[in-house]
Amino acid sequence: MTDIKRRDFIRTTGGIAMLGATLGFPHVAMGAPRRVVVVGGGVGGCTVAKYLRKLDPNLAVTLIETKTSYTTCFMSNEVLSGERTLESITFGYDGLRRHGVEVVTDTVVGIDPVKKTVTTAGGKGFDYDACVVSPGIGFKWDAIDGYDEAVAEDIPHAWNAGPQTKILRRQLQAMRPGGRVIIVAPPNPFKCPPGPYERASQIALYCKHHNPRAKILILDAKDAFSKQGLYVEGWTKLYGYGSGNSMIEWVSAAAGGKVESLDPTTRTLQAEIEEFQGDVVNIIPPQKAGPIAFAADLVDGDWCPVDKRTFESKRHKDIYVLGDASSAAKMPKSAYAANSQAKVAAAAIINRFNGREPGDPTFVNTCYSVVGEDFGISVAAVYTLNAATNTIEEMPKSGGVSPANASPEIRKREVSYAHSWFKNVINDMME
Amino acid sequence: MTKNVRNLLLAVLTLLPGAALAGPSGEALAFTCAGCHGTDGSSVGPSMPSIAGMDPEVFVDAMKAYQADKRNATIMNRIARGYSDEQLKDMGWFFAKQRLHLTPQKHDAALAARGARLHEKHCEKCHENGGRPGDAGTLAGQWMPYLDHTMADFLSGKRDWPRKMKRKVDAAIAEEGKQAIPALIHYYGSQQ
Repeated sequence: MTDIKRRDFIRTTGGIAMLGATLGFPHVAMGAPRRVVVVGGGVGGCTVAKYLRKLDPNLAVTLIETKTSYTTCFMSNEVLSGERTLESITFGYDGLRRHGVEVVTDTVVGIDPVKKTVTTAGGKGFDYDACVVSPGIGFKWDAIDGYDEAVAEDIPHAWNAGPQTKILRRQLQAMRPGGRVIIVAPPNPFKCPPGPYERASQIALYCKHHNPRAKILILDAKDAFSKQGLYVEGWTKLYGYGSGNSMIEWVSAAAGGKVESLDPTTRTLQAEIEEFQGDVVNIIPPQKAGPIAFAADLVDGDWCPVDKRTFESKRHKDIYVLGDASSAAKMPKSAYAANSQAKVAAAAIINRFNGREPGDPTFVNTCYSVVGEDFGISVAAVYTLNAATNTIEEMPKSGGVSPANASPEIRKREVSYAHSWFKNVINDMME
Repeated sequence: MTKNVRNLLLAVLTLLPGAALAGPSGEALAFTCAGCHGTDGSSVGPSMPSIAGMDPEVFVDAMKAYQADKRNATIMNRIARGYSDEQLKDMGWFFAKQRLHLTPQKHDAALAARGARLHEKHCEKCHENGGRPGDAGTLAGQWMPYLDHTMADFLSGKRDWPRKMKRKVDAAIAEEGKQAIPALIHYYGSQQ
């Protein structure tokens, strides 16, 4: 038998790979480095910056973000329940700096796709060879009468984590015994499809410990929601859902859940059929791409159309749009999706710099929700590109949600996987 | 042609410029795993195993077992079914080439010392060099909560034992009693 040990084998093939790189893929070795400007320091922006530098250390990568740290929206529902602190989901950008990314604290106000320049509120201009825009979501403030950005200081959306999360947490803590929390869930598409229902779950977890007679009412603009069967299973087991004394109640659009207006002084919501008054009201407004996407003329309707092979904008060449702001159906607007898209875009940008055609993309989404103590659930999908229709499609026979009525042990494991996922996705995007 | 020579040829073919068939590269496929298994397969999340430096055949076997629902999976069965045999091999080779970065773990030194003795006697033959990446699953420095889940699955019959492993584990338990498995896990967790 020929005895090739795995390590020798790897050394050999690694050598061949390097030879291939030298002969087959000549890099531009002379002249100034190519410049990539990344707009937005969330999952998409951080991941693309890190992976651009990882794949080609010669690139000059600048990331521009308004805030000096990133507070993840994912896991922020656990801040509401008190299971974790806001600090535990807040991360600085030094990890990216260690990867050689220049991180600039400023707000991008415009992108000139002809001159290829990004301008900031601070009056600076950044020239680019490629620009990546990953601005996250914006809110449609005019969708619910009486609700706007100023009112949100008192009646929070908490759909971008940070100060808004703190407001909602404080209000929950201050709520009278037996009070009522109302969550207004948005219409599709929106960031984190299972999020409003995980929020209801985590608030129920808090109330179970600190305010056991409290009620949580979800007023929904939809008739169905992500992981619905699993949520109902968890709510039934943990919070008496379906019984006369359920802590959580869900009102679908068909049952009159769609909210039309708010009276902020009395915290009263006018829905299609009835009025509802809450002690704590959390309105998650309908959503669209973040403001810079509109300012830079990257939208068609509410979201940014992209070539799904590369995530390059369909509206302007050499600008790429990632994450929640992009129109990337059938991928959801999730952290994992943005992380996955960012790697496809990073490879596509480097291929273009080197005069190569983009490769075939591949994507994954994984999303965990923690319904309560020892009760985690998930959804996963592996995606491929249908180039003919420019759509991202799920691979057949794969993906889907956690099985119904799984053992307590499996549900418990999914909580530990949710928390481990959080550590790894943070690591992969910015450490 | 031996298996190793065949694998070598396959790997060379996939690396030569122009030889790539349509479809995403092994690197592109492997990058999608990082959100859960850490960048290039070095996990920083205690329940997710590190897969950097893993033997490519062990990788493919694991993914195929997940596809066939032969492991007590939560999510990996759903994900594994999204890939072809060829794609699994490409991913396996990518991870095999990555350096494993370990995160220090809290462990009981006395228990780990007992585990070291058990390992040497019962496990080292297959999990060589204290269980470092090799021809069997990586154990050295592997996350302890992950090893806990895995051993619980073997012992409860939810996962099939690899050849010879049951006999070896039974022998370790006969020697050390209930502490055998925790001792082994603390030993693996203690390694850096």
